[in-house]
Amino acid sequence: MLRVSDLSIEYTTEQAVLPAVRDVSLDLANGESLGIVGESGSGKSTLVMGALRYLPANGRVVAGSVHLKDQDLGELSAADLRRVWGGQVGIVYQNPLGALNPSMTVGRQLREVATWHLNMNKRQGDNLAREMLTKVSMPDPDSVLKRYPHQLSGGMLQRCIIAMALMTRPALLVMDEPTTALDVTTQAVVLDLIEELKAEFDAAILYITHDLGVVARICDRIAVMYAGEVVEIATTRELFARPRHPYSLRLLGCIPHFDLGPQKRSLLTIPGTIPRVNDLPPGCVFAPRCTFAHEQCLAASPPLVDIGAGRSSACLRWAEVPDLIDVAHSETDVLGRRSEEVPGTADLLVTADVCVDFKASGRSLEWRRHKGRVRAVGGVSAFLKLGQTLGVVGESGSGKTTFARAIIGLTERSDGSVRLRGHELAPGLEARSPQAVRDMSMVFQNPDASLNPRHTVGQAVGRPLSLFRRLRGKALEGEIERLLHVVQLPSDYRGRYPGELSGGEKQRVAIARACAADPAIVLCDEPLSALDVSVQGALMNLLMRLQSQMGTSFLFISHDLSAVQHMSDWIAVMYLGKIMELGPTAEVMRPPFHPYTEALLSAVPVADPDAVQEGIRLSGAVPSATHVPPGCRFHPRCPRCLGDQCRVEEPPWRAVAATHWVYCHILPEELASNQFGIREGHAASQREET
Amino acid sequence: MLIFIARRLAMVCVMSLVMSVLVFGVTQVLPGDVTTMVLGQFATEAAKQELREELGLTRSLPVQYGTWITGFVLGDWGTSISSQAPVFNLVMERLRNSLMLGFVGLMMFAPLGILLGLVAGLKQNSWTDHFLSVGSLGFIGLPEFVSGLILIWVFAVQLGWLPASSAIPAGTGFVDAFPKLILPGVTVALVGLAYVLRMTRASTVEVLRRDYVRTARLKGLPVRAVVFTHILRNALTPTVTVIAVSIGWLVGGLIVTESVFGYPGLGRLALFAIQRRDLPLMQATTMVIVVITMLANLVADVIYTYLNPTIRY
Repeated sequence: MLRVSDLSIEYTTEQAVLPAVRDVSLDLANGESLGIVGESGSGKSTLVMGALRYLPANGRVVAGSVHLKDQDLGELSAADLRRVWGGQVGIVYQNPLGALNPSMTVGRQLREVATWHLNMNKRQGDNLAREMLTKVSMPDPDSVLKRYPHQLSGGMLQRCIIAMALMTRPALLVMDEPTTALDVTTQAVVLDLIEELKAEFDAAILYITHDLGVVARICDRIAVMYAGEVVEIATTRELFARPRHPYSLRLLGCIPHFDLGPQKRSLLTIPGTIPRVNDLPPGCVFAPRCTFAHEQCLAASPPLVDIGAGRSSACLRWAEVPDLIDVAHSETDVLGRRSEEVPGTADLLVTADVCVDFKASGRSLEWRRHKGRVRAVGGVSAFLKLGQTLGVVGESGSGKTTFARAIIGLTERSDGSVRLRGHELAPGLEARSPQAVRDMSMVFQNPDASLNPRHTVGQAVGRPLSLFRRLRGKALEGEIERLLHVVQLPSDYRGRYPGELSGGEKQRVAIARACAADPAIVLCDEPLSALDVSVQGALMNLLMRLQSQMGTSFLFISHDLSAVQHMSDWIAVMYLGKIMELGPTAEVMRPPFHPYTEALLSAVPVADPDAVQEGIRLSGAVPSATHVPPGCRFHPRCPRCLGDQCRVEEPPWRAVAATHWVYCHILPEELASNQFGIREGHAASQREET
Repeated sequence: MLIFIARRLAMVCVMSLVMSVLVFGVTQVLPGDVTTMVLGQFATEAAKQELREELGLTRSLPVQYGTWITGFVLGDWGTSISSQAPVFNLVMERLRNSLMLGFVGLMMFAPLGILLGLVAGLKQNSWTDHFLSVGSLGFIGLPEFVSGLILIWVFAVQLGWLPASSAIPAGTGFVDAFPKLILPGVTVALVGLAYVLRMTRASTVEVLRRDYVRTARLKGLPVRAVVFTHILRNALTPTVTVIAVSIGWLVGGLIVTESVFGYPGLGRLALFAIQRRDLPLMQATTMVIVVITMLANLVADVIYTYLNPTIRY
């Protein structure tokens, strides 16, 4: 159906010619879904857009051909190509809000496809648009057609775009990270929809993503890309069970598994960074980062070869890769044990009933009705133990970040108390003692915004040193160097500016800065979410190593349940400003769950094609903090809602075990009786054995 | 939407009142004495005092302001000190002329500026783009008295196609005045064109980078449809603001152009009033320009909300 043969794509810039994609061959059968997996800079989007002949002015296909059905896309005229675009190929984009025109109604944007490709008139176009919206299970399609993109939620917008892509019943559907911008629970719903439509429309799917959990669910086969080349192609199950390229092996190693073992283990990560395409190594592109590289790997670039059973690998030693797994796993270390085994650790920080109100600004009438305040955090009681990690997980809008900011004092709490080593802390940072300020630091989500672009790395890291530790001159320089070493950055990075660093390196600098003043607590607010899989893995290792060396306590905020369970001793699940469940990691991850925890566990994409998950899906989005539902605030979305009791009465804070609480009306035994969470499948257990 | 417009109209009224205090205050502190201007250098102090009383200048400032503003609101704008004619008639005549010239100028530069800006933006970094961008910069730098004189020399003196002087008698209708409006209109348009062109070009370049343009193109839409349904409307929003801001300038700020062509517009009237220390005339022209500018901005905001549905009042 689609055949890409030896495709090479170059970008011409003022400095150099960049061979962004080299000699890629792929084929895709009717109704098949192929995942293209790779980190940023691997050329996956360039490959797909180049195959469709949609490249920026400086991009060019220099070799190879692309056949869609019987047509050679390279031979088509511009007008014929436009018949292919949107007609035979439908595309779903990463950022649904950006991908729709803000000044046109959704209906008009859908209709356009019908009027242009199917020669329909306005009325027929509208009818088809309505029909398509119904197919993607859009609630109230008629009103959606009349709305503008900014009036719809991300999940609804993505459904509109999927509907738009499928309107002409295209033979090929390209999905470019379609769920990356969505919340986990919405992502799960959209992935379900894609699976359903895949069966109904029988379109071949090219699915571009960096998320191995998502491909494990959606794709039949996977092509792994690295630095502009495809290094391995295999069926999804084969790839996860028996990778035949060291890069695939290590990429899989970067993802934390849902194992509830008592040990904290480091992840198998990839040393070094992805090469830039203008500076490719001779020989195998992965060789500089490959711990198994031989001399012959450095000599010539190994081609992608068929290794039988429908698989291909670009590794000279592909046959040995399964044996290398053991070697690789010996690189990971045990970094201590989880909290269950260390009872009686002192509480370092205790929050009781912390509330944060925001004054409503703006002229919206709705907000005025609420007497001009919005409760973003509605009474959170939690604790952080010495040298341990409390993970806070929840969808966007759950108040996780505001809670962390209230602890450190960047946002003043309106009520409740925060105690550090038993001493009450003032709501605002300015009113706190220098020692209390020094005791806490924060790592923010976006290192681009949190590092001053005009300060060098040395200045950024040195600032807390001179401020809190009064270091000057040589001592200061020495300490900066030590900290950079701790976060595994070369010491000559000291003179660099943030603009010269990669995202992962910037986040390392932010971590070094946060640890500089020897704080008791580091609050990490989604420190990984802007980064690539391999960088995420490396940073998780770094944070855990720092903790075991320095005994720092972490508050680790993330929407990614797999990262949270990997990092944390304790987990707090937050929803709409309140904790739904709190307990030791292993207990929270095992039934009984709060129904919200259960929904998150059902939704999280597990990087294991054989994993079995519960099929619980949440409808709608997190309600706005201006309209907190009465009774249990989760009840409108709760699949286990009991009815009036949940609608009216605030649920109790019920102890399931000595240190495990669930905020729910339903009795724990009852919850546990029909819950199981995630069962990791065959592939994972096999990997453990080898 | 109606509520929004009503609220903005109320704002215009309040702002006009505030501005009127400012205008009044400024006219009070202007150096020079109206009596000297009227009676001449050698008038006696007694004659000057008599004139002051006659003009009501001896009363306290708040009383003077109160009288002036009530009269202004009721349409009694007083009598011009220098020409002894009713200010209202003087200003309205000139306002009409200025609106005619402004309209002609606007109609020349706004559509053309948008079109050329769109072309330059779509063909970013091409020769067309460089030519338009650099050319428009040249027009911004060229003073009106230079471009106006060149136009007169070419089209009036050499070719004889159009009249060199644009002086029109009071009460001339638009159709009769039109030939005399072309050259000053072009002079004005040259400046306005450059601003509109550059703004449209910049916003077109910005819109082209947006994901929804890629979506539109990969829907397979023909280029024409992509440009006119997806790009143009979004690229117009900043331009609308620029055009609205230019309306105040078109009505009251064309002093140089009006002088070059001898055109009886509001700008020259304001200049005349200031030179003669003709306070009632000065206050009235300024207030008219203020109100027109604010109304133009209101219209721009309404168009803006129409173009950009994410903004709702």
